[in-house]
Amino acid sequence: MGKYLVISEVRDGELRNVSFENIAAARQIDENSEVVAAVLGDGDLESLGQELIQYGADRAVVVQHENLKNYTSDGYVQAAMAVIEQEDPDGIVMGHTSEGKDLSPRIASKLDSGLISDVTEIEGSGDDVKFIRPIYSGKAFEKKVITNGKTFITIRPNNIAPLEKDESRSGDVQKVEVDVQNLRTVIKEVIRKASEGVDLSEANIIVAGGRGVKSAEGFDPLYELADVLGGAVGASRGAADAGYCDYSLQIGQTGKVVTPDLYIAVGISGAIQHLAGMSNSKVIVAINKDPEANIFNVADYGIVGDLFDVVPALTEEIKALKG
Amino acid sequence: MNIYVLMKKTFDTEEKIQINGGKIDTDGAEFIINPYDEYAIEEAIKVRDEHGGEVTVVTIGDEDSESQLRTALAMGADKAVLINTEDDIEEGDQVTTTRILEAYFEDKEVDLILAGNVAIDEASGQVGPRLAAKLDIPYVTTITSLEIDGDTVKIDKDVEGDVEKVETSLPLLVTCQQGLNEPRYPSLPGIMKAKKKPLEELEIDDLDLDEDDVEAATETVEVFLPPEKEAGKVLEGETDEQVKELISLLKTEAKVL
Ligand SMILES: Cc1cc2nc3c(=O)[nH]c(=O)nc-3n(C[C@H](O)[C@H](O)[C@H](O)COP(=O)(O)OP(=O)(O)OC[C@H]3O[C@@H](n4cnc5c(N)ncnc54)[C@H](O)[C@@H]3O)c2cc1C
Ligand SMILES: Cc1cc2nc3c(=O)[nH]c(=O)nc-3n(C[C@H](O)[C@H](O)[C@H](O)COP(=O)(O)OP(=O)(O)OC[C@H]3O[C@@H](n4cnc5c(N)ncnc54)[C@H](O)[C@@H]3O)c2cc1C
Repeated sequence: MGKYLVISEVRDGELRNVSFENIAAARQIDENSEVVAAVLGDGDLESLGQELIQYGADRAVVVQHENLKNYTSDGYVQAAMAVIEQEDPDGIVMGHTSEGKDLSPRIASKLDSGLISDVTEIEGSGDDVKFIRPIYSGKAFEKKVITNGKTFITIRPNNIAPLEKDESRSGDVQKVEVDVQNLRTVIKEVIRKASEGVDLSEANIIVAGGRGVKSAEGFDPLYELADVLGGAVGASRGAADAGYCDYSLQIGQTGKVVTPDLYIAVGISGAIQHLAGMSNSKVIVAINKDPEANIFNVADYGIVGDLFDVVPALTEEIKALKG
Repeated sequence: MNIYVLMKKTFDTEEKIQINGGKIDTDGAEFIINPYDEYAIEEAIKVRDEHGGEVTVVTIGDEDSESQLRTALAMGADKAVLINTEDDIEEGDQVTTTRILEAYFEDKEVDLILAGNVAIDEASGQVGPRLAAKLDIPYVTTITSLEIDGDTVKIDKDVEGDVEKVETSLPLLVTCQQGLNEPRYPSLPGIMKAKKKPLEELEIDDLDLDEDDVEAATETVEVFLPPEKEAGKVLEGETDEQVKELISLLKTEAKVL
């Protein structure tokens, strides 16, 4: 029986969704394995450990230290390595998030291990497991295997469904003491811009605006639509470059890569670099006044029309629907 | 200051991807400097202009990588290094790349290394942090601002849209995110000057490595294109009819509402 370590992620005292997806991924890699969930941070982590068990982990280990309050590579690598040394897992799964992208290569480097980053699908299991990941910004995919060392992967949020929560499950939550010291990078301040509202990379529904939105105020109807849908607002680089919104909203080759269930592209022409960030969304809706716009080639449903008519009408209709 | 930039060449972002014999077809493809590495080069030049020193751009690649290195020199980098693996290594991954870079940097005095956030082709984002770990220097990924004052470094780091104000010190490795700067275009005099700037070519043998030392830990067993999407439905009628139909399709057909 193998053992898999999933390294969870905490934001504002809560587990991010990808932490649960990690567990499902580990189970998919090896159904019979023991899945150990690690939580690193400050504050009350034990309840989070229990929650991870309810989402399918067998047990949890937590490392709590004041120097883990903010994520830093130096701090978290000390905590993670202590857990890895204690558990000596056959495989490690983390989220391909800002944190996971920063930490996983360092752990892999320390372990002299391979690492398959940004996995969107797991094929097969056990010794035959293969990992599928997008390359060339989603224009192609590759299937990879680990040939040496631990089965170490990071998974893209929103692609591997978490297991059903089972409140009756319980398990052991163990505290691991680590003296986290000598941080060479210090976080002085965190300026929140993006994380008000729904997190773009984990959003199930995204309403994205482009240059067609024409101004910062032009984004207001998009925010209203996103609001009634419980979704997040994104943007094209065209909109960000024009100063209509913050770059933190940009989706595409040089922005965020998202895979929501529903992506509504509003006043976006559909440049190849934009498609790179959203073409793997499950359902794509395009609203554009130009019937020739390239976005219609990737859209499942299209409305040719003026966004300033269509978007508010959509919002009203959905409001009516939801009562 | 000894400033190094890690650069990879990638497909032009407009390029369509085709598969030939189980591999991505590179025949006739236009190559560019990885867009994130352009930010790294620009920032390196700015740091040098402010604090003095020298910018060296390093790439692991093949003969054709010389073209991107010359562009970097034309932008204003001082020296270029091509580690040509064409004849020595068939298969590699991020372990391979990092091992080679580690060997290259072994005898170098480094103050600052700039890499890209990711290479837009394979896009693992591993190479920067892996190398920093091997060199045992701190690193900060996805930076959008860099300010150096003596040994102290102040950085804005993009964290999924939030900004972290980070303080650290040299020597340091950073990976560059969009928003850091506007990369300059090479000027004509810059292009002329670039032709005379030093471009050193190395092979892994020069770094005391052989193929076994740089063995990959992962293997790509298949490359494939995403399934062709069927043409979508463009809805007809007046706005309110289109909107009603869309919502009904999203509910019943697509089942996302
Ligand atoms: C290296 C590189 C990287 C890049 N990375 C990215 C990236 O990450 N993300 C990205 O998005 N782009 C990226 N780009 C830019 C990309 O090429 C396009 O320029 C950009 O996506 C265009 O944005 P847009 O669709 O909003 O604007 P436009 O192309 O100007 O399109 C605006 C659209 O709005 C429509 N419109 C106008 N008014 C209305 C109205 N009233 N109602 C309905 N529709 C209307 C128009 O018909 C048009 O189709 C990159 C480019 C390069 C070279
Ligand atoms: C000798 C060799 C053989 C290879 N063989 C194969 C193969 O058979 N199959 C295959 O699919 N891939 C192969 N690769 C490519 C390899 O798998 C990765 O592309 C490479 O390790 C970079 O990883 P990445 O693309 O994920 O870059 P990332 O980690 O996303 O890149 C981040 C940053 O690291 C730096 N960087 C990345 N690559 C280089 C480089 N080459 N030189 C300098 N700086 C760099 C850049 O600053 C870049 O912005 C080979 C690479 C090498 C060096």
